[in-house]
Amino acid sequence: MEEFTYTRPATADDATGAHSAAEDAMYMAGGQTLIPVLKQGLAMPTDVVDLNRVGDLAGIQVTGDAVTIGAMTRHAVVAASAEVKGAIPALTVLAGGIGDAQVRNRGTMGGSLANNDPSADYPSAVLGLGATVTTNQREIPADEFFDGMFATNLEDGELIKSVTYPIPEKAGYAKFPNPASRYALVGVFVAKTAGGVRVAVTGAGQDGVFRPAEVEAALSADFSAAALDGVTVPADDLMTDMHAAADYRAHLIVVMAKRAVNQANGQG
Amino acid sequence: MGFEGAMPEISLSINGAPVTGTVEGRTLLVEFIRETMKLTGTHTGCDTSQCGACTVHLDGKAVKSCTMLAVQADGAEVTTIEGLAPEGEMNPMQQAFNDHHGLQCGFCTPGMVMRAMALVADNPDPTEAEVRHGLEGNICRCTGYQNIVAAVLDGAKALRG
Repeated sequence: MEEFTYTRPATADDATGAHSAAEDAMYMAGGQTLIPVLKQGLAMPTDVVDLNRVGDLAGIQVTGDAVTIGAMTRHAVVAASAEVKGAIPALTVLAGGIGDAQVRNRGTMGGSLANNDPSADYPSAVLGLGATVTTNQREIPADEFFDGMFATNLEDGELIKSVTYPIPEKAGYAKFPNPASRYALVGVFVAKTAGGVRVAVTGAGQDGVFRPAEVEAALSADFSAAALDGVTVPADDLMTDMHAAADYRAHLIVVMAKRAVNQANGQG
Repeated sequence: MGFEGAMPEISLSINGAPVTGTVEGRTLLVEFIRETMKLTGTHTGCDTSQCGACTVHLDGKAVKSCTMLAVQADGAEVTTIEGLAPEGEMNPMQQAFNDHHGLQCGFCTPGMVMRAMALVADNPDPTEAEVRHGLEGNICRCTGYQNIVAAVLDGAKALRG
C-alpha cells in the first residue's frame, strides 16, 4: 500500500474540511472495499479521511413513515435492528446477507452507496424504495443518485450523512450470491408503495443498479410471484463475466424477483 | 483531529494487556499484530478480505485484521487466538476442533476458532445452518467444512456448560 496522510476527524464538518484541504483525499468508511483497493494500488490518494470516529453519522431513526439510517451505520447493526425489522424487514434481510459476518461488522451503508459497486446490495434498496440520500450539501432522490458502474452523482468531497427510506406497504429482497465473494450475482429488491410498485436489480446491469420495466409492469398489475410467469428481461444491457453470462443473469432476475415477492407477501 | 504529517501513536489492549506503538497510517492491524507484537497465531491468508484466516476480535466483534488499519484499533480491545489460551490450556472451542479434527493443514484454524467464538457469544445455541451461515467469511481449502461445523456445534455446547 502506498503512503498517505491519515486524519481522524470527530465531526462531519471537520471531515469535509480535511477532504477539501488535501490534494487528493478519499473518505474511508468501513474500509471493506477501500482497503483492498488501496492494497492493489487501484487508488492512491494523498490523504485518507477516516469517518469511523465521526459520531453524528451513525444511528437509526424510525418514524411513522420512514426509516433513516446514518451513513456510518454498520451492516451488522442494521441486520440486528428490531426497529428496522418492524418497519422494513427486507432491509434487515438485505443487510444480513452482505458479504460475511466479519465484513458486516465493519462495512457501512454509506460506504457501500458511495462506492456503488454494480454487485453491491444496498443500491437496490435505495432505488427500490425510492429513498432519499442526504449529504452535507443537499438531498438527492434515489433516481438521481446512481450514475453507472462505480459512479454516483456525488460531487468531489461531498459526504453522505444519511439515507431516508420511505416505509412501503411491503417489500422483499432476494439474491443469488456469488458463492466465493457473496456479492450479488443477481439481487432483486421489490417494493409495493403508495406510489406504485418499484423494482431494482443489482449485480446484473452493465451500468449498475437499474429498474426492470417488464418486472415492474407485471407486478403493478398483480403483486404476486405468479404474475411473473412468462415475463422475460432483455439480456442486451446485462453483464457477462467469468461468473455468469448475460442471458443467465436475465433469467435469474425473474427467479429472484419471484422469491422477493414471495418474501414481501409473507410466503417464504 | 488526527495525525497529519506524523506517525500515529496508538494505545490499545491486546489479549488484556495494554500496548502502545507507533504505526504508519497504512499499517494494517494484522501487520501490527504479527510483525510488531510478534503474535503470529493470527494468519495472513489471502490478504484480499476473502478468507478470514486473519480474524480477530475488536471490542468483542469478529473482524478481518487484514482489512483494518492498525490506527483504527486505537483505544480498542483486541483479542487474538493467543488470548483464548493464556495459560497454554486450550479453551473449549479449541478443544472441540481438536476432538473433531476440525482441520487438516490448520492454516485457517485460528480464524475459524475466533469467528466461532464470536458466533457463539452472539448465539450460544446455534443450529447447523446458523453455523454454516456464520462461517461464510472463513474459507478452508482442506476439510470440506464437515468437521469444522461439528466442532463449532460441540464447542458451543461445551461453552454453554
